[in-house]
Amino acid sequence: MMRGTVLAAVVAAIPFMSQAADEFIIVQSTTSTQNSGLYDAILPRFTQSSGIEVRVVAVGTGQALKNAANCDGDVLLVHAKEAEEQFIADGYGLQRHRVMYNDFVIVGPANGPVDLKNTTTAAEALRAIAQSQTPFASRGDDSGTHKKEQALWSSTDLDPSDQSGTWYRETGSGMGATLNIAVGMDAYALTDRATWLAFENKQNHKIQFEGDPALFNQYGVTLVNPAHCTKVKIEAGAEFINWLLTDGQDAIARHTKDGEQLFFPNAR
Amino acid sequence: MQDLWGSFQAAFALIVQMDADLAEIVLLSLQVTTAAVLIACLLGFPLGALLAVGRFPGRAILSVLTNATMGLPPVVVGLLVYLMLSQSGPFAVLNLLYTPTAMIIAQVILVTPIVAALTAQVVEDLNVEYDDLLRVMGASRLQTVTTLLWDARASLMTAALAGFGRAFAEVGAVMIVGGNINHVTRVMTTAIALETSKGALALALALGIVLLMISILINASLMALRSSTRTTAHA
Repeated sequence: MMRGTVLAAVVAAIPFMSQAADEFIIVQSTTSTQNSGLYDAILPRFTQSSGIEVRVVAVGTGQALKNAANCDGDVLLVHAKEAEEQFIADGYGLQRHRVMYNDFVIVGPANGPVDLKNTTTAAEALRAIAQSQTPFASRGDDSGTHKKEQALWSSTDLDPSDQSGTWYRETGSGMGATLNIAVGMDAYALTDRATWLAFENKQNHKIQFEGDPALFNQYGVTLVNPAHCTKVKIEAGAEFINWLLTDGQDAIARHTKDGEQLFFPNAR
Repeated sequence: MQDLWGSFQAAFALIVQMDADLAEIVLLSLQVTTAAVLIACLLGFPLGALLAVGRFPGRAILSVLTNATMGLPPVVVGLLVYLMLSQSGPFAVLNLLYTPTAMIIAQVILVTPIVAALTAQVVEDLNVEYDDLLRVMGASRLQTVTTLLWDARASLMTAALAGFGRAFAEVGAVMIVGGNINHVTRVMTTAIALETSKGALALALALGIVLLMISILINASLMALRSSTRTTAHA
């Protein structure tokens, strides 16, 4: 009887193991786009018009690039221009297209010890934080946001990694997890605006610095190179990219959180 | 504290409404974990019994390995299975990455050592008691193993439940090999991790409470089943 039950359970489990008959593509992407609800908002429109299901794996840009280089995805949608160009130069991807942008902001405790209101550049703001030794939560995970943060630090001629473990704290986690930590330890953090606006655990944290052109945050989409990865779904992947660059642009623009637009399409 | 109270309210609302998305996530969690635990038991029970009563070279090493792998970090198992199933890995042809099957494979690796080690302990204890009797009866090695396993079935259920607990609560491995893809590989634990990273702490905790309730329900019903079989055995 026992054996019969076991067998029945195993048999019952088989149908869902052999699913996936419909056409689908895998998109390697970033946590910022997923956490802000963008994909939930726009993907159903594409699937409805094309019949192609889009399966998003949302990880840090570094991991997304690695996964895509391992051929574990058809499309790459991330925000680290140089790393994406290197990805293509290495033969892993075809052409990169601009999709949308927003910007990075520095968030911190509302009545924090550092007044960033009078600083005009991101570099100055970071320098002020460093000088005051106020905790700063860094992604520390080789993500697009982390790469941007490192680029900003290098423009300050300060190297915070010397201070790692003191006021400079590398979380090694995704954007949301890092924001939770920043809120928890009254630390400053660099975040993309979309994740911040959609973030629900802000408590007393507010945007402390914004507006420097250096904080521009461009998202790009790339089809994985079929010459490198023979199983890439070229047609479905290209159809998705084409949609993102045309009809999808309106869908992206219409995605808001509390009335604020999160991403600004700029493919055209 | 507000979050905590809000979570309980949210958990209650989630259960009462049981919207399609939540039902789907709960169902997939149960399917993946149940399948993994069943396979782990099919492997772990005989392996454990073999470790307990078998006499073969390398038994001690195998025993140490089994016990040591009980503590494998899920993320490491996830990475290992990812590298195996990746399109640039040795099992690329199977096309299993980012599917529920990949999650089952990872969980089988996590759960089998637990089931095997606990089974070995139970069978070893029982063998001390039955050894002489079975030898007098002239039982073969295979008969000894099956007899001991059958007699230990109540304790083996505890071993299976321990494995179930590990698999059901695990997030690191299924996150990597499943990818937490909405409607495809999103399960309770990866959904909790996602909501936490969105800062939706109340909703995340509410999902945790739902997870705990399901776990309690399963444990309670199996315990009830176990005590009822024991009653019939003694009747």
